[in-house]
Amino acid sequence: MRLNYPTNVKIVKVPCTGRVDALLILKTFESGVDGVYLAGCLEGECHFLKGNLRAKKRVQYVKGLLEEIGLGSGRVEMYNMSSAQGQRFAEVAREMTEKIRALGPSPVKKKV
Amino acid sequence: MIVADRKSLDEILNMLKPYKKVLLLGCNECVTVCATGGEREVGVLASELRLFRAKEGEEIEIREQTLERQCDHEYIDQVGPFVGDYEVILSMACGAGIQFVAEKYKDKTVLPAVNTTFLGVTLEQGVWSERCQGCGECVLHLTGGICPIARCAKSLLNGPCGGSSSGKCEVDKDLDCAWQLIVDRLKALNQLDKYEEIIPIKDWRTSRDGGPRKRIREDLKL
Repeated sequence: MRLNYPTNVKIVKVPCTGRVDALLILKTFESGVDGVYLAGCLEGECHFLKGNLRAKKRVQYVKGLLEEIGLGSGRVEMYNMSSAQGQRFAEVAREMTEKIRALGPSPVKKKV
Repeated sequence: MIVADRKSLDEILNMLKPYKKVLLLGCNECVTVCATGGEREVGVLASELRLFRAKEGEEIEIREQTLERQCDHEYIDQVGPFVGDYEVILSMACGAGIQFVAEKYKDKTVLPAVNTTFLGVTLEQGVWSERCQGCGECVLHLTGGICPIARCAKSLLNGPCGGSSSGKCEVDKDLDCAWQLIVDRLKALNQLDKYEEIIPIKDWRTSRDGGPRKRIREDLKL
C-alpha cells in the first residue's frame, strides 16, 4: 500500500490492547511523550474477547488521571481498526498527530 | 476485607506540598484486593505525583514500596533501613496500617493516601459492598445471615421501618432494604418464627461506644 504516516508516531507492540494498563500509559508520559493512542481491534472482534473493551475503559480512566494531573485528557485516545485497515491506521496517525500538535508539547517533557 | 478509596490527587498534593523525598508505602492485603493501595496503585500514584511535579518544574523523589501488610511489626520493620532517607511517608494502607506505621516511625510524618471506608465483599470485579461494622456482638444467626447493623441505614434490630418501599430503602432507591432481605431469606429458610422474636436493645459497649477495642490471647503471647 505504501501508505505514509507521521514519523513522530512511535509504535509499541503489545499482544492485545488488553495488555495496556493505566501505569503503562502514565509511564510513557513520564518518558516525555506528548500523547498516546491505543490502536485496538474493532469492537466485538477481539481475539481475546474483551481486550479492546477493557482498554477502552482504561483509556477513560487515564483521561481522568491526566485531567487531575493537569496534562489534559485529550492527550490519550482509543481507536479501533482491523489489521486489514492500513488506510485507517495512517489516517488515525495523522489525526492524532494534528490533535496533539494543537495541544502543544507535554509540559512534563524532559523534566521528568 | 477492609475497603478503602484513594484520596483525590489534589488532596494528596496539598499534603505533600512541603516535601521532596517521599516513601510511598502500599499494602499487599485488603487494599490490594479492593484495588486502592496495592503495588499497582502505588505505581500509578507515584507516576501521577512525578508527572505533576515535573509539570510544575518541582522536584520529587519517590521510593515505591509495597509491604506484605502494614498492620504487623515484622513487615513494617522492613522499611527501617531506609526510612531515614525520606522526609515523609505516604501510606496507601487502611487506617490501621497507616497508624501502625506512624507508631513505629515516631519521628516521621505519616500521611494517608486513602480514605478507609468499610468492611465488605467483592460483589463483582470492580464493585465492593459493605457487610460488617464490627459491632462486637454478631446477630447473623437471628437474621438469616444478613446484618441489620451494617446493611440497614438505621441499624434497626427489629425492622423494617416505614421507609421500606418495594424492597428498597428510603435513603437510596438502589439500596436494598436490609429487613426486606432478612424477611425474604428467613421465609426461604422456613425460619420466619425467628422474625417473631424481638431482638433486645443492643449493648453497644462491644462496639465503638466502649472505646477502642483490644483482643488478647494469652496462650499465643510470647
